[in-house]
Amino acid sequence: MGTLALGCDVLMASRSVTPFLLVGATLFCLGLFTVLTRKNAVAVLMGVELILNSANINFVAFERMRSMSGTPLSGHIFAIFVIILAAAEAAVALAIVLSMYRNFHTSDVDQATLMKG
Amino acid sequence: MEGWKELLYNVAFWVLTVLTVGSGVYVALSKNIVRTGFSLLLTFFGVAGLYALLEADFVAALQLLIYVGGILVLFLFAVMLTHKITDVNLSNESSSQGGPFFAVFVLWIFLVYVILATKWPDAPKFGRQATVEEIGRGLMGKWLLPFEVVSLLLLVALIGAAYLARPLAVKVIEPLGSKKA
Repeated sequence: MGTLALGCDVLMASRSVTPFLLVGATLFCLGLFTVLTRKNAVAVLMGVELILNSANINFVAFERMRSMSGTPLSGHIFAIFVIILAAAEAAVALAIVLSMYRNFHTSDVDQATLMKG
Repeated sequence: MEGWKELLYNVAFWVLTVLTVGSGVYVALSKNIVRTGFSLLLTFFGVAGLYALLEADFVAALQLLIYVGGILVLFLFAVMLTHKITDVNLSNESSSQGGPFFAVFVLWIFLVYVILATKWPDAPKFGRQATVEEIGRGLMGKWLLPFEVVSLLLLVALIGAAYLARPLAVKVIEPLGSKKA
């Protein structure tokens, strides 16, 4: 491991993509915390969206730092596919939450214990 | 980049970062789920701004269109439909927070250390052309197969969501006079 390169340049967003990666890491941790602690299924899904957004920030940032060799804009296209999959995931997952609310009259994930042994 | 442009860029970055991370913290900690949903809106706006700063204009536009216009509205619908309208206290209880907070904090320290200890290549100069044309050629060329598969997946998700969310049993209309007591 190298030493921490904490120069002034590293934290300047116009010269380096490191600040964007830091924002992505922070957003990922916030989303993970939301997923781990929330009981409401809708709030858990909001945490999942935060995680997907942080991954997208990393994809776009890496595309920016990449040299122009190879296929252009692969990072952007990957980010677009992630957004599309997030839309599909949100639609199906919220339909499942509605179905669960109809059956259990709650949307708390720890109340749906029908399959618990 | 000249001095004042660079300064402007950095100021915009930090404003967007504060917006994104601040509303993200609110999403993680708020007790009221409606407020959680609306602060998620601010998070999505901030992330779209970060995309724009990274010269990803098309991804930023898609972020606004799909996340803010579609997914967030879906979330708010789900929040409203899974609570009774008279339910004033829209509960958003958390389970125990100590253990998860510690684990996530350790993970965050680790990630920050790795990001700062790695020597990333310098970002190239600004001034990329608009990305829409390249992305369109890519989607119709090299990434044609994933593009078609995703369209099929969207169709499947549409049908599946509509099937899952519809009412369970259709009420049978009984003929007149056959009503039992």
